[in-house]
Amino acid sequence: MQCLPHLPPSMTDRPDPGDRQATLAEIFPETAVDAAAVGFALAHLRADKGPVLWIQDRLSRRETGRPYLAGMGAPFDVLLLEVGRAVDVLWAMEQGLGCPGLGGVIGEVWGEAPALDFTATKRLALRSEAHGVAAWLIRRAAQPDLSAARERWRVGSLPSLAHPLDSRAPGDPLWRADLFRARWRQPAGWVARYDKATHALTLDHGIESTPDIQRARA
Amino acid sequence: MTVKDKLPVLTFPRPAPPKDEPAGDTAQETSACRADPDDLARAIVALQAAMEQELHRARQRPPAPKPRDEEESFSPVGIPRPQTRPQWRAGAGLPGDAAKAGRAGAAAGAVAPPGETRDPLSRRILSLHLPRFAMERWLRAAGQRGEVIPDDLPIALAIEGPHGPVVHATNRAAEQAGVHAGSRVVDMRALCPTLRVDYADTGADRATLTRLMLWARRWCPWTALDGAAGLVMDTTGSAHLWGGEAAFLKEIEGRLAVLGLTAQLAIAPTHGAAWALARFGPHRSLCPADTLALQVAPLPVRALRLTADTVLLLQRLGLKTVGDLAAVPRLSLARRFSRAALAENPLLRLDQMMGRLAEPVSSPDDPPRFAVQTKLAEPVQDPTPWLPELTDELCAGLSAAGFGARRLTLTIYRSDGEVAAVEVATSQASRDARHLARLFDGKLDRMDPGFGFDLITLAASVAEKLATHQSRLDGEAGDGADLAHLVDRLAARFGPRALRRPALHESHLPERREDWVPAMAGRPPAPLPARTERPIRLFDPPEEVQVIYAVPEGPPAQFIWRRLTHRVTRFAGPERIAPEWWRDRPGTRLRDYYRIEDHLGQRYWIFRDGVVGDGRGDTPRWFVHGAFG
Repeated sequence: MQCLPHLPPSMTDRPDPGDRQATLAEIFPETAVDAAAVGFALAHLRADKGPVLWIQDRLSRRETGRPYLAGMGAPFDVLLLEVGRAVDVLWAMEQGLGCPGLGGVIGEVWGEAPALDFTATKRLALRSEAHGVAAWLIRRAAQPDLSAARERWRVGSLPSLAHPLDSRAPGDPLWRADLFRARWRQPAGWVARYDKATHALTLDHGIESTPDIQRARA
Repeated sequence: MTVKDKLPVLTFPRPAPPKDEPAGDTAQETSACRADPDDLARAIVALQAAMEQELHRARQRPPAPKPRDEEESFSPVGIPRPQTRPQWRAGAGLPGDAAKAGRAGAAAGAVAPPGETRDPLSRRILSLHLPRFAMERWLRAAGQRGEVIPDDLPIALAIEGPHGPVVHATNRAAEQAGVHAGSRVVDMRALCPTLRVDYADTGADRATLTRLMLWARRWCPWTALDGAAGLVMDTTGSAHLWGGEAAFLKEIEGRLAVLGLTAQLAIAPTHGAAWALARFGPHRSLCPADTLALQVAPLPVRALRLTADTVLLLQRLGLKTVGDLAAVPRLSLARRFSRAALAENPLLRLDQMMGRLAEPVSSPDDPPRFAVQTKLAEPVQDPTPWLPELTDELCAGLSAAGFGARRLTLTIYRSDGEVAAVEVATSQASRDARHLARLFDGKLDRMDPGFGFDLITLAASVAEKLATHQSRLDGEAGDGADLAHLVDRLAARFGPRALRRPALHESHLPERREDWVPAMAGRPPAPLPARTERPIRLFDPPEEVQVIYAVPEGPPAQFIWRRLTHRVTRFAGPERIAPEWWRDRPGTRLRDYYRIEDHLGQRYWIFRDGVVGDGRGDTPRWFVHGAFG
């Protein structure tokens, strides 16, 4: 297992989701049932690289439903695994991250999980970087405690763009994405725009920092 | 034909006889027997001497080399080391096996290529009779309950008969007191007042016998039940693994004696002959194909597995032994019993015994083609240290034959006569030993080892052809082999139903469009593109919400879901999805779906189940069915 071959070139203000070093990132949704976090994680993955291993624990499955392929922006092939506990999510993620044929691994954990400590997340991050498989951990109903995730996001929905044909209908989604902890750059916040037709995520509109980010910068 | 001519023929039984030989040969011999009994007796004596000699030689032959003997005498930190290398199971075909088989295994004409006529007497069938099975099982259960049963206490087990309880099984003391099976319990009580009577549990007897049948697969792969207190095994080609047939029978008898079971055993070329010799023949009789007719001739006609009425009839006709019956011209017997069923037809039974009518051992399931085993010197509790060697050996055999395993069964044979097995499956055929061994991680703890086991077998219960191919020039495994391994590991750990892939169907109903099937079942077709806007999460089942609307047919203005109020700011719809009348029950209502956005900017997919006045129930209810990203 090796560390990152090189650091990202510069600490630009704008992370490019296109060529991103595969690593472990955590997402904390603002509300549990909001699907913005799922959309945000999927927007970083590519469908042509291989199937996505998607692991849900039982509470996540019951409270927030299952992934629905028809609504995804790209034709993802999904391997869905339903397990009982957070420990099993970790075990399955670790197995999946050792498999370079996967396009990505998404794990969903509900609530505070004692098993999800610094050591466990560090294992996931190193394994993800060694094999080049991106790992996204969606943690609902949890506080951002100690973790070795290289990026930690807080994602929520914003009122969507206007629909081009119907003024009363919701259009393309907008998300508020706060990167409140990152290994290689300053914490910052953006309005993320996702274009479903081209499966492209753009983070080009920075927003003023939240108390969370200010605390992280201090 | 002289005595000396015969000897070499018998010391080296024909491995693959010429096509026309068997029937004619046997007939000739029997006719010779009948012609001159003295010659025959001399021949038998000479034969037995020759066989003894042969057996003796077999015993003196140096045992199979133990390659790692010296190395094992020292095991430093209490790490249990495998004491014997795994070997291939009987019946599992390996090229080297036939060479190792030696004399006793030469009868393995069993694996004759198809198309060649097979010698009907080339098989070796072992019949195992447990004359006191019900009583011994009862005594063992009593011992486990802590009851002390003195040997001289007469005991009888009873079952319900048409006129009150009838004796089913007795112990030795009761037998000596005159109690016999089949008589009424009240009569036997009069005969022996101290008789202790308990009810027999024939269902449990049957279940125990079935488990014993599975346990008997430690000796040979092909075993089946035979009546209420018997087993039959096809030992063709397996006796040599236990040091020849005589040693084989001794081993079986010894093992069963440890379990507290009395056994009567015989090996013969046919099922009928083995059955008869086990019950009515000499102790541990071995019957070579050449002396079959001679050995069964003195047995009573009861040994032909006939009904009591038929036996009585034959006795009234003066046919007391099998030899008597065989001497009757075939035509007369055929005419007399032309319409009788098998159990009442002495001619058919005689043909079965002599091998003129095939009677294969019908095992409940086919023995696996690829199986290896490790015999342990003494009972142990944990099979894990032996697993890598077993899988290595199995994979070597699989790759030699060009096969891969889809399903593996690890079986342990416990010293108390029970069998425990654990099974793993792979999503595509594999012969990667490390991968297959890893599939058993965490599963071996769940096996109950009892007081220990002394035999482990690993079988590829389902194997598929797997050609070797190279997909990339640089020699690395591409093409999703690691993905298949991942699927296997996850399915082995969490169960095959936990890991699923979507199977997509042509349906407008959202929950029917994606059906999640176990990933082990193979790869479903590629996803179809969705034509309309669909959510990224689907609630399964939909959750009911309380809705306030301006007009009943219009969009909701506000809804309460999970005790939170969501104000609707924007909406799109309705999109009407009608029920599938060819699948749904009559009365299923249509759905009007709305894409809505609430005051927090969260987007949901909600629907109204039916419309007002559609005649299918009262006011329609509302549900949340999905959430948009």
